[in-house]
Amino acid sequence: MSKSETKFDQTTVEETKVSKNRFHGLWALTNRDLKKWYQNPIVFVIGIIQPILWLALLGKAMNISSIFSTSSMPTLPAQLASSFTPSQLQGLATYFAGFQSQIMTLTFHTADYFSFMAMGMVAFVTVFTTAFVGISVVFDRRLGFMNKVLSTPVSRSVIITSKVISASIRSVFQAGIVTVIAYLLGLQLGANFTVFSIFGVFAMVFLIGFGLSSMFTAITLRTTRMETPQAIFNLVTLPLMFASSAYFPIGNMPGWLQAIANVNPISYTIDAVRRLMVFSDGYGQFKLQLGNMSLPFDFLYVGVFAAVVTAICVVLSWKYLNK
Amino acid sequence: MSENQDVITVEGLTKVYNGNFTAVDHINFSVKHGEIFGFLGPNGAGKTTTIGMLITVLKPTGGKATVLGGDIAKQSLDVRSSIGVVPQEYTADEDLTGYENILLCADLYGIPRSVSKKRALDLLQLVELTGFKDKRVQTYSGGMRRRLELACGLINRPKVLFLDEPTLGLDVQTRAATWNYVKMLKKEFGMTLFLTTHYLEEADALCDRIAIIDHGKIVVIGTPTALKDSLGGDIITLSIQQDTDITDLISKIEHVKEVKKENGGYNIKTASGEATAPLIIEALRKRGYVVTKLSMAKPTLNDVYLQYTGKSMRDAEESRENVFKQRMTMRRARQ
Repeated sequence: MSKSETKFDQTTVEETKVSKNRFHGLWALTNRDLKKWYQNPIVFVIGIIQPILWLALLGKAMNISSIFSTSSMPTLPAQLASSFTPSQLQGLATYFAGFQSQIMTLTFHTADYFSFMAMGMVAFVTVFTTAFVGISVVFDRRLGFMNKVLSTPVSRSVIITSKVISASIRSVFQAGIVTVIAYLLGLQLGANFTVFSIFGVFAMVFLIGFGLSSMFTAITLRTTRMETPQAIFNLVTLPLMFASSAYFPIGNMPGWLQAIANVNPISYTIDAVRRLMVFSDGYGQFKLQLGNMSLPFDFLYVGVFAAVVTAICVVLSWKYLNK
Repeated sequence: MSENQDVITVEGLTKVYNGNFTAVDHINFSVKHGEIFGFLGPNGAGKTTTIGMLITVLKPTGGKATVLGGDIAKQSLDVRSSIGVVPQEYTADEDLTGYENILLCADLYGIPRSVSKKRALDLLQLVELTGFKDKRVQTYSGGMRRRLELACGLINRPKVLFLDEPTLGLDVQTRAATWNYVKMLKKEFGMTLFLTTHYLEEADALCDRIAIIDHGKIVVIGTPTALKDSLGGDIITLSIQQDTDITDLISKIEHVKEVKKENGGYNIKTASGEATAPLIIEALRKRGYVVTKLSMAKPTLNDVYLQYTGKSMRDAEESRENVFKQRMTMRRARQ
């Protein structure tokens, strides 16, 4: 080794003020996870492209309102038409002209299906973003990084919370991207929309992101196999999405599915996001299919979900991160 | 902590996995201030489990141990704050630079950035990585990674440093460099070092004292010299032209402890080969015997090791996780 000796003076050992804060290291670990994301252009760009694909391809392909347009209806057979008087025919024509918007408003509470589904996508990207936390926990374990962190005076709950916070921050960013893309693709904002609605959406996404990433972390806390989080990912994400109001109104689902969708926190997330962004029916008088839910109740429900799951995850981390 | 106090004390420390596999079985030892203490043993002997308990990552199922006066079970946070750990595997984050990795470690110890930035640069210089500090770790060679791990382990200025298999999979040059760092830490900073290894020459070259562990039990503790001496000293092998049995003649010569006739030659155990060989030759020449062959061997730690742990190979069952980690470590070490 070189003889240009460094001044590695031990004299300052006692003097250095070391943080005794229980939460020290939280931001360092959170930022480490975030860096892997924003410093990796491929991951970052794919994270943006993916919602574009879903919105542009699926969202636009499922053009449900066109099914109900007058042009897609069969014309009255001549024999039947002749049985009406001209004024009756005029009345029927007027009735059917408003048919499309009435069905859409009654079913989706938006003028078009795209606006309905785009807000479901906000929850969709959150589920997918947070599901990757499980994989990152297993990776840290397998590559030894977790062992290193465990041998430092960082609290076990901080290790877990850093994962959860970084995933929540990513979710908020992804939700923002989805909203912007949806707007560019023709999202019709509701009558109640204001700039503050966007912050409401972010707050809601952060809450559900917290809850979901805690859930995925708790499941993979003891796992060392790469296959496990992937299998769970597939098992959990699709039911979470389909048994919610993401793609279809809960009121039009069969009863047993309604029962599941009515307890699924994703439904409450999506309800809040739609109320903030696209519904025009006003918060108070609008009666959604989930019952008499309101925006504060949505936040309360998702907030309690996040708090409970995070608490469980932290307790498990005390138990399972030490072998 | 005063100079002559024990830095590590271990009493009856035991770790039983899942209630049926005893990895560490009631071990007792202590490590003195400023000592390099080596834990030597075959694969699966319990070395890593012991180090895991001492650094408070694993919970013991029995016995007790203190590190720098702190109980590993009750004061784990204090223990973790004051020790340094260089784990067996490479734990640095591949996506971060060397400098960022050290700063991250500093943050985990709660060291303010105002202090840690300067300290990180000093450490990078110490392990000769200054030129690579802003390169991502994924571009580092095995030796550079090992040095970075060492720097991370020193960021909190630990009074005792734990090294788990510090030279696993490294080339000869990097191994020699690592040994130099270890010796320097002891000499310059009076640091106490606890290391595990299954390389005998490593234990011999570095350690002040060695504990040989096998099947979770410590079979012997001592200085390398004392352990070698315990085998009974040097061995002289000798043949003569004549057929006469000279066992009695040799055994009367000074220093000779034991003589055995084997394969037409004689195996002679003696405290000192250098002193005894001339005496034997002289004695035989006087009686008219002609020495045709003479060789001398000093016992190595190898002999000590085999004496205490036996010759059978170890096929201990390993967890998937550990096998994977070890493979990753070996693969990256050879990059």
